[in-house]
Amino acid sequence: MKDTKETIVKFENISMQFPGVLANDDVSLEIKKGEIFALVGENGAGKSTLMNILYGLHTPTAGNVYVKGQKIEKFKPMGAIEKGVGMVHQHFMLVPSFTVAQNIVLSREPKKMKFLYDLKKANSQVRELSEDYGLKVDPEAVVGEISVGLQQRVEILKTLYRGADVLILDEPTAVLTPQETDELFKVIRRIVEEKDMTVIIITHKLYEVMAISDRVGVMRQGKLIGVEETKNVNERILASMMVGREVLFDKIEKTGEPGNVLIEADNLFVADNRGLMAVNGVSLKVRAGEILGVAAIEGNGQSELVEALTGMRSVKQGQIYICGQEASGRDPGEIRKMGLAHIPEDRISTGVAMPSSITDNMIIGKERRSEFSVKGIHLKRSSVARYARELFDKFDLRGAGVDTEVGSLSGGNMQKVVVAREFSLDTPVLIVAQPTRGVDVGAMEFIHKQIIEKRNHGCAILLVSADLDEVMRLSDRIITMYEGRITGEFKAQEIDKRDIGYYMTGSRTAGGGEEGA
Amino acid sequence: MEHIFDVFNIGLLQNTLRTATPVILAAMGGLMTEQAGIMNIGMDGMILIGAFVAVAFSFACASASIGVLIAVLCGILIGLFFALFVVKLKSDEFIIGMALNTFAGGLTVFLLRSIFGVKGTFSNSGIVALPKVHLDFLDSIPVIGPLLNDNSIFVYITWILVFLAWLFLYRTPCGFWLRAAGEHPESLETAGINPDKMKLMASVLCGIFCGFAGAHLSLGYLTMFTEGMSNSRGFIAFACVIFGMANPPKVFLAALLFGFLDALGLRLQSVGVPSDLTSTVPYIATVLMLVYVVVSTDRKKKKKTKQQLVEASERA
Repeated sequence: MKDTKETIVKFENISMQFPGVLANDDVSLEIKKGEIFALVGENGAGKSTLMNILYGLHTPTAGNVYVKGQKIEKFKPMGAIEKGVGMVHQHFMLVPSFTVAQNIVLSREPKKMKFLYDLKKANSQVRELSEDYGLKVDPEAVVGEISVGLQQRVEILKTLYRGADVLILDEPTAVLTPQETDELFKVIRRIVEEKDMTVIIITHKLYEVMAISDRVGVMRQGKLIGVEETKNVNERILASMMVGREVLFDKIEKTGEPGNVLIEADNLFVADNRGLMAVNGVSLKVRAGEILGVAAIEGNGQSELVEALTGMRSVKQGQIYICGQEASGRDPGEIRKMGLAHIPEDRISTGVAMPSSITDNMIIGKERRSEFSVKGIHLKRSSVARYARELFDKFDLRGAGVDTEVGSLSGGNMQKVVVAREFSLDTPVLIVAQPTRGVDVGAMEFIHKQIIEKRNHGCAILLVSADLDEVMRLSDRIITMYEGRITGEFKAQEIDKRDIGYYMTGSRTAGGGEEGA
Repeated sequence: MEHIFDVFNIGLLQNTLRTATPVILAAMGGLMTEQAGIMNIGMDGMILIGAFVAVAFSFACASASIGVLIAVLCGILIGLFFALFVVKLKSDEFIIGMALNTFAGGLTVFLLRSIFGVKGTFSNSGIVALPKVHLDFLDSIPVIGPLLNDNSIFVYITWILVFLAWLFLYRTPCGFWLRAAGEHPESLETAGINPDKMKLMASVLCGIFCGFAGAHLSLGYLTMFTEGMSNSRGFIAFACVIFGMANPPKVFLAALLFGFLDALGLRLQSVGVPSDLTSTVPYIATVLMLVYVVVSTDRKKKKKTKQQLVEASERA
């Protein structure tokens, strides 16, 4: 960190009122030149909103923003870019069919003959830029065909091309492997030290805050709770600041012995939407009272594996057995009857019915039970309401009523609705995909407890998650997948995160291929 | 045998150029909106209005160029109108497109009857047609000479426009922005350019092209206006856009193919095939073309899957 403590960005009493939500509540914050500042908070705490204001995507309801001493009058991305503010968004802002160079120079294309696009010059400019900053990319590669890590690099170069010296990174490591994360952190340190950049990282992974930042600001419910030098705090302090109470990150107690095999896949082949083989001969077994975690970088066949197991995607070759019954070629309804419940990876498209109430969502799939309907035709509204009320309390849905439209809930509450519905089916088999994606720490803790409880009661659970910490914390056994194949299998205690990363990128594989066991 | 020569002769190629031109023009407009991420099925209505306005003003001002000019201005207005609903007010583009087609059909019939007092067709010697181009040096070349000579000036303008459309989309920054607005609008927005402006521009460009298409239909092709004379060319153009993957040279070829089949239909009439049957040729071809697109992508998919299964079993 530089000793010059000059302020480069200043937020002054910022408030941001969205319809029904006060996203930022009187936030005042100063970012110093040449520092790495981490902004942490639960989902919906207002950190992205604050940064979007700095980048000119929102106009604050009240308060002022100063960049390099100048007050921002009009909140437009173009204005922010001109003042040297660049932002790498959580979802990449890249055009898939354009090349790396075309994406980097977008909106500031080099020209020839006044109006023609000088494609050659764009390539050479990008090549120079990437060499200058030590961020290697191929300017002529098509963005849709390169890895996520490289795409992120393109995003960073894009801001540098626009002359940014304040770089905002929104959840930059969410899609990266541990190795790619290390690489990113090296890049960040280098551009800060050598190029005198200022970097603001939005994150909710606390160990990353400790690893990279000079100072850290914690947000909760739109308010800035505190700003600390990173060396003066630890993860536990930050977590309690974020949630407003003590959070227990201890290992949750597991009891019981594994029983019979309840989920079995034998040499499974599944194709993706483009017809390419996404699952390439996967065999696995999950026993009762056991959690098998699947660790893989997104797009390596784990989504298709889950969809095949739950009957949502057809199996090209191989067999699936759920509770001993052949499940391949069956539809989701039939497989559910065999004793399977499923938390899908995308709650918005497949987990809930957005415009319906919490009550209605709670009984999806149960509506024909005799307790809820007369001969499966006429719903017994009062018993449905009573049942929903019970689940509502048990699963601790806060800030809403049973009649609230699910689409208006926060990510955490929406996920709790899915968990409540599926877990209350009391099936022996659970397929759980991305159970806490985009969910705040409090809800995450709650959902984790529910999953472990199910395990202790003898459920066979297959857990797929992009969050490696989650996989390591919950699983009894872990398999790694790369390009649709199982590259390794481990007991959860026997492997550390870094090693798993190697198996997830295919740079190491388990020699004998003893999947399943 | 002699029938074959009656069908396949130089006239067939001449007709191909003539009938393809309005479809090419409309398809160039359609690919602009397609690239900008708007599903535009309102081209048929845009053509029809262009055709009517061109005839009306050519007749009123005794000038073909004023007719064309007003048709294009009308196209701009319709493009703005379309963009107002689709881009600004975010209504369903399919519904607006359909509404535009219905509106155009009704409006032109209404105006035809109230202004010119005729039903069905308005044809008058006072309507000034577009000039034909004759280049003397071409006369000496066989086949090419008669093929390229004596066409309406629009035929040549169209070829230039196809090149310009390609140049614009693939060789100018603005063209890249337009395509980015269709493929991933957020990335354009965060780069500091409003994607809605690009969509608006695409919509206006589409209006201009369709205005040209309409003017050519009624002034370069027939010199009259007939109710519903766009005759689903807007939809054929849309099919060409899909078939040519919204890439100007490919769409151009697709439209030529349609023009050829249309001309073939006309030729077949001259050897005694019933006209009701021959006029279905281009439409049947369109359906087959689109089926081919779907089937071939599906087959490629299946082939890939199968190949991978084979590879996997070989490995094992």
